[in-house]
Amino acid sequence: MNLTLEIWRQPNAKAEGKFETYVVKDVSTESSFLEMLDILNNQLIHEGKEPVAFDHDCREGICGACSLRINGHAHGPESEVTTCQLHMRNFKDGDKIVIEPWRSRAFPVIKDLVVDRTAYETILQAGGFVSVNTGGVPDANAIPIAKDDAEESMDAAACIGCGACAATCKNGSAMLFVAARVSSLAKLPQGQVEGARRAKAMVAKMDELGFGNCTNTGACQAECPKGITINHIARLNREYLKAKFRS
Amino acid sequence: MIKLDSKIPAGPIEGKWTKHKGDIKVVSPANKRKLDVIVIGTGLGGGAAAASLGELGYNVKVFCISDSPRRAHSIAAQGGINAAKNYQNDNDSVYRLFYDTIKGGDYRAREANVYRLAEVSNLIIDQCVAQGVPFAREYGGLLANRSFGGAQVSRTFYARGQTGQQLLLGAYAALNRQIAAGTVKSFPRHEILDIVLIDGKARGVIARNLVTGELERHGAHAVVMATGGYGNVFFLSTNAMNSNGSVAWQAYKKGAAFANPCFTQIHPTCIPVHGTQQSKLTLMSESLRNDGRIWVPKNLSDVKALRAGVKQPSDIAEEDRDYYLERRYPAFGNLVPRDVASRAAKERCDAGFGVNETGLAVYLDFKTAIARLGIDKIRERYGNLFQMYEKITAVNPYEQPMQIYPAVHYTMGGTWVDYNLMTTIPGLYSIGEANFSDHGANRLGASALMQGLADGYFVLPYTIGDYLSHEIQSPKVDTNDPAFEEAEQAIRAKIEKLYAIKGTQTPDELHKKLGCGIMWEKVGMARTKESLEQAIAEIQALRKEFWSDLKLTGKPDEFNQELEKALRLADFLELGELMARDALNRNESCGGHFREEFQTPEGEALRDDENYAYVAVWEYQGDDKEPILYKEPLTFETIHLQQRNYKD
Repeated sequence: MNLTLEIWRQPNAKAEGKFETYVVKDVSTESSFLEMLDILNNQLIHEGKEPVAFDHDCREGICGACSLRINGHAHGPESEVTTCQLHMRNFKDGDKIVIEPWRSRAFPVIKDLVVDRTAYETILQAGGFVSVNTGGVPDANAIPIAKDDAEESMDAAACIGCGACAATCKNGSAMLFVAARVSSLAKLPQGQVEGARRAKAMVAKMDELGFGNCTNTGACQAECPKGITINHIARLNREYLKAKFRS
Repeated sequence: MIKLDSKIPAGPIEGKWTKHKGDIKVVSPANKRKLDVIVIGTGLGGGAAAASLGELGYNVKVFCISDSPRRAHSIAAQGGINAAKNYQNDNDSVYRLFYDTIKGGDYRAREANVYRLAEVSNLIIDQCVAQGVPFAREYGGLLANRSFGGAQVSRTFYARGQTGQQLLLGAYAALNRQIAAGTVKSFPRHEILDIVLIDGKARGVIARNLVTGELERHGAHAVVMATGGYGNVFFLSTNAMNSNGSVAWQAYKKGAAFANPCFTQIHPTCIPVHGTQQSKLTLMSESLRNDGRIWVPKNLSDVKALRAGVKQPSDIAEEDRDYYLERRYPAFGNLVPRDVASRAAKERCDAGFGVNETGLAVYLDFKTAIARLGIDKIRERYGNLFQMYEKITAVNPYEQPMQIYPAVHYTMGGTWVDYNLMTTIPGLYSIGEANFSDHGANRLGASALMQGLADGYFVLPYTIGDYLSHEIQSPKVDTNDPAFEEAEQAIRAKIEKLYAIKGTQTPDELHKKLGCGIMWEKVGMARTKESLEQAIAEIQALRKEFWSDLKLTGKPDEFNQELEKALRLADFLELGELMARDALNRNESCGGHFREEFQTPEGEALRDDENYAYVAVWEYQGDDKEPILYKEPLTFETIHLQQRNYKD
């Protein structure tokens, strides 16, 4: 199939960006979206132009490196897939596709479609861990954990930290991302010990970094490639209130 | 001239590690604060090591090429992690895990290292649970297990089909805690381009900041390579796009010997290649072989009908299906080790029974399991994998069998290390997939995660102390030392040389020629003397082509993904030749290394223990000189060498 692409080009963080239009030809319907961009880049290099920079790595939907706002949707039109798992059979010959980087105050553009997601790292460093050192821990079966709790914890732990939630939110809120980590640990006895401190520290760091507030529109949940639900935000709110109440 | 001393402690196998830990030195807390350690890579090995070293009080700098340590390729491991907990009461033990790993590796791994791996495996599960890793559980609240290839017990712990992700998030959380505490400094989007040696010891690295293109110097008292494998030399593999062998290769050129480079794992259950626009391959977890049955039709007429789309796989009657693994290996059935399953698939496809248009696919079928357990149970066990398969292929595996074919997945070969995980360069360590030590000629499923975390949490933090205890008087490394200047200038010159070529072929185009054209065809699943000799000549020619016809865009001092690719490819073009050379030297078949000339009448790998029970260790001699081969003999004190048998 042949496609027309409108792609955001921005040489570096300081430069101004703009859309450029490209035509890419003979794309197989079996190809992935990123393979389609590979074809475009190869074509651009042969034309003596700069290829389009984009983040990607595992290309199987788990590393969270790939991003892209495609026709207005984070990770494209399909639900519960990352851009690397989006296949060209979801598009038609002759389609026009608009491709942008994440648009979020907290994720500045580095180049073209590549953004800086360090803010997510910083939030996790504020408390997204259980404070145990290597060694000296009890036997793994010493603490029984109800199957349903472990499953719910895993639902939240499936977050890949791609940034789609904050980039989709009209307020630029990182609540779903923060909630995924807090909720995953809150469902397990190991995580409950420091639950209050964690919820407060991570929310405070999120606010400090310029992410917006959550107004429960649910847009994050609709665009999350891993199907993480806003029920986890409700749990984060409970954890946060509990922590505030106790202090 | 290198001197190989594996430093394996004397004494009975079950006491070696304990004795060694007692014999090696430790560093006092006050002195740890004065010592700097660099860790390259943030997968399970590097992430765990950096966090643990930070907890111990060393000053750690950790580097990764991604924008976050959490994106290292360990994240993509699906099925699980082995440990000898014997929670299932199926008579598992440290010895059995050790034995299975040595046998699975086709008797080409070091006994002492493997025993230690099995010994610390149980600590890993305890550690991960304490970190809050949400492993699968039974209704009683205790941990669940499943089976993996090459084992007759259930010892694999898992978190759905995302075990690697969950273990890495555990290590990454531990790392974040140390970053917050200030003991670890993290450098994401940094690629290490060289190891710096002063007076023969590893004393630092030259890093390229991938955002600005700037070259940076970082000094340390010891350097740890946790950089993963080099499977991307094949262009198409299940490795992440940015995984590469460059740090190990630069270390090799600086004197760190490289062991068993030809030992490559071809994983039997990957989604088949769709066409020439393919950029990478996707694995379907080995755990699927717990419940999935592998087959091709018995009759070529059915194959023809399937390829033409006249018949669907569900139309093929039970008696017309050849469940060839169950037929050939009754004792292990669909759970034979990876190398055996891959070769059996190739054998059927070579005989014309491949089920798709390319003739390079077999079925992995869940019909029997769905009938036995119900669709909900299958969804609970493999839901995310089935979803992934459907997204990629647009076929619903609950209704029709999956199509699979072998693909490059893992490299057992790697930098040579002694029992302390130190390379032949003093102060330079190699852990996880980056070293060669634990998996012999074939790695068992769910053992890569085990090795990465064993090395990172429980081995390196002890053994590195022994080396660093002699460094407590050494001052901070001065990065103005001429050795840093020289290394940095050499990199600048190399980048300038790449830009001066101004040729016509892109890095991807040349990489495809290397990987798909030469490596997969001639150094892949089956090798012969002729194919390997051709490969060496063709790689040499392609290397010349690269250095005379590369087309490179952009500038060195900016975010530049094409330059990253070109630098990595330059190394793959040398590493590929060493792999072929090693495969040519090894006149036997063992594990993932299959030389067609050496097979049993039934088509199984035929080892030659008399002449090849050794680790092939290569030392670099210069760009256009042949490397020197050293042999580290493998002595089996505990396990009796025998032909692998998965039939009965």
